[in-house]
Amino acid sequence: MRTLILFAHPLLQKSHVNIHLIEGLNSIEGITFHDLYQKYPEFDIDVKREQQLLLEHDVIIFHHPFFWYSAPAIIKEWIDLVLEHDWAYGAKGNSLKGKYLFNFITAGGGAKAYCSDGYNQYTVREFLKPIEQTACLCKMTYLPPFIVFGTHSIKEEEVRDYRERYIKILKLIRDDKINFDELAGHEIMNDVTL
Amino acid sequence: MQDSFFFQAFVYLAAAVISVPIAKRLGLGSVLGYLLAGIIIGPFILGLIGQEGQDVMHFAEFGVVMMLFLIGLELQPSLLWKLRGPILGMGGVQVGMTAVTLMIIGIFTGLAWQTALAIGLTLALSSTAIALQTLNEKGLMKTGGGQSSFSVLLFQDIAVIPILAILPVLAIDDFASMAAPSDVHHSSSIVSGLPIWLQTTVVLAVVAGIILAGKYIMTPCFRWIAKTRLREIFTAAALLLVVGTTLLMTQVGLSPALGTFLAGVVLAGSEYRHELETDVEPFKGLLLGLFFIAVGASIDFNIIVDSPVLIFSLVLVLMLVKFLVLFIIGKFFKLGLDNNLLFAFALAQGGEFAFVLFSFALQSNVIDTNIANTLIAIVALSMALTPLFMLVNEKLLQPRFGLREESERESDDMDEKNKIIIAGFGRMGVITGRFLQAHGEQATYLDTNPDNVDLLRKMGLKVFYGDSSRRDLLQAAGAEEAKIIIIAVDDPEKTLEIIDTVQKHFPHLKIFARTKGWNDSYEVLEKGVDNIYRETLDTSLRLAADALCSLGYRRYTTHRAIKTFRRHDERYVRELAKMKHDEKALIRGAKERIEDLESLLSIEFENVGKDKDLGWDSTTLRDEYGKQVRDD
Repeated sequence: MRTLILFAHPLLQKSHVNIHLIEGLNSIEGITFHDLYQKYPEFDIDVKREQQLLLEHDVIIFHHPFFWYSAPAIIKEWIDLVLEHDWAYGAKGNSLKGKYLFNFITAGGGAKAYCSDGYNQYTVREFLKPIEQTACLCKMTYLPPFIVFGTHSIKEEEVRDYRERYIKILKLIRDDKINFDELAGHEIMNDVTL
Repeated sequence: MQDSFFFQAFVYLAAAVISVPIAKRLGLGSVLGYLLAGIIIGPFILGLIGQEGQDVMHFAEFGVVMMLFLIGLELQPSLLWKLRGPILGMGGVQVGMTAVTLMIIGIFTGLAWQTALAIGLTLALSSTAIALQTLNEKGLMKTGGGQSSFSVLLFQDIAVIPILAILPVLAIDDFASMAAPSDVHHSSSIVSGLPIWLQTTVVLAVVAGIILAGKYIMTPCFRWIAKTRLREIFTAAALLLVVGTTLLMTQVGLSPALGTFLAGVVLAGSEYRHELETDVEPFKGLLLGLFFIAVGASIDFNIIVDSPVLIFSLVLVLMLVKFLVLFIIGKFFKLGLDNNLLFAFALAQGGEFAFVLFSFALQSNVIDTNIANTLIAIVALSMALTPLFMLVNEKLLQPRFGLREESERESDDMDEKNKIIIAGFGRMGVITGRFLQAHGEQATYLDTNPDNVDLLRKMGLKVFYGDSSRRDLLQAAGAEEAKIIIIAVDDPEKTLEIIDTVQKHFPHLKIFARTKGWNDSYEVLEKGVDNIYRETLDTSLRLAADALCSLGYRRYTTHRAIKTFRRHDERYVRELAKMKHDEKALIRGAKERIEDLESLLSIEFENVGKDKDLGWDSTTLRDEYGKQVRDD
């Protein structure tokens, strides 16, 4: 399976975690790494090109920091423009049917902050409902998010672990060695034993 | 002294300069002013001009020819084609019905039927000069009434030709001894000796020649002349065109007004149209003025004094008949009451053709001297009364009916009515224009480079040749109706000139000006124009940003930096413009601001963590929450 990573960070040069996480992703076979802020600095998203990219891939990943319990602005812009009626959704919109979508998120807060007892009150999965439903409306299967927690105080070796795990998942998906039905049953992808 | 050219010129000009402003101020309109001036300086009151008034009138009729040329320029061929119905229908019925009615009246008063027919045909024609000038001045040309008047007048211009042909056939032997048979006005025509079919062929060939020359020869000629960049030569060429056409038309026995009108229509699509308009306009105005003065001066008050009741009742009969016929036609062609009144009043007079036709009829033994002189006096009086009647219509009748049609209607057909004027269609104007056009906003373009104008017209754009700092040219380009002027000329001096003209004469236009650098921007800003666009600012910044990106800088960040830089730079120019007159302060101010901006940007780029102003930077978050997360 081919995977498309839609990466969005408006200030990547100051995000040490993400700089490290995305390093070398581009050179992995079967993976397309697409840096949205770099490609569209003026938000002039090329809808046709983006749709073509989507058609060429089976698994779509939104890779982004968890800004204000959501994605950076360009992801929203991308969704608004690219997922057209009669193309992505609606009676005639079957272009994405059968594809998989999930979020790869870097969050400043720790895992414990994202629960009913934590200071964020809700789980990341709950915050991601709009994207989950977007996938659903586009007849895609939404997979549990992969979350890098606690980036405000993360240690270098922890980032290295996250990165290894990320790449491992990407390769398993590519080589069709993952059971998507089983995966879909999890709350977050972090829990999955690989 | 009285015979010297300068004395003559002085009398006419002084009469015009004194009486026209007074008439205008009194709300009477310029035509009435000229006519009154003519009456005052004429033989009956001051006697400053005598019989030569007639010669002046013949000369000044050329003003009518110029007016028709200008009207032609404003009339696209397609619109003329659209008007063919009113021209043939209304015009034909008007001439026919009026002629027959007047002829019947003539026969009842004891005239021979030939004489009555000649008089009927001649008096059926109205005065193009009076009617159109008055309508123009009141801005009523584009109303339904104005357009109908124009159509009928155009038909009358064509009708003169057959009338001239018919008159000799109507000769009555009794008059033969009384008139000199030779030297007929149109006998100068070189074709008059030829058989009819050959005459017709020559006439058609000349008309075709005018159309073809206008379409294929004149525009390259004008371009060639424009390249000399000598305005007076262009003016000379414009006059040459009108005079040449007039000569040619007289040679083949056609109405010069009709010929120049045709030349005008053919050139209506040309890029030199506005320039031609502005060059010929003042000549037309002066000549028409002269013509009206001459008409005023030529009114023979002796005839009127001898039999005032007869003359005035004849004038009234003439105008009443013409008015009623026109009114009925207007009703039939479904003009609204207001437009119909305008139409009927505008054309209810004898025309300048009557002077020519009556003297021709006299020479052709169709009427006798007495009748001819009486009729000429009647025609002159009816012309003089027309502006008065139109004034009565405007001030007393129209408000009563309260039906005034929007005079803006149909305006799109007649003129450039674009919302945007672009002055200077060079590197910058082209891009601006293309973008506007892509949004369906057709602009009117003006440029002074003939080659450029030619090239762009070939690409299908409406570009006109001319200097945009001239008030008259801007006016012709539709500055009165436009909303925006984009000044995209290359020369800062020219930009300032255009701004002066626009601010003085068209203060309603919103100005968007191209500038080169800081210095000329100060001057434009000082004139109160805030929408300035330094031609190289945005491109230079984009170049710099791309260069940075190729060094590995993030695109989105540099893109934001461009905007920051530009925002501050635009503010600085405006701040510095206020210090323009203090050179030291200006230099100091500029230096400070350049340094400020550089340090501001370097903070955003390099200074990790400190003075951060972006929400996406989590440095301070890390400081505050980092420990807490660890402790969780």
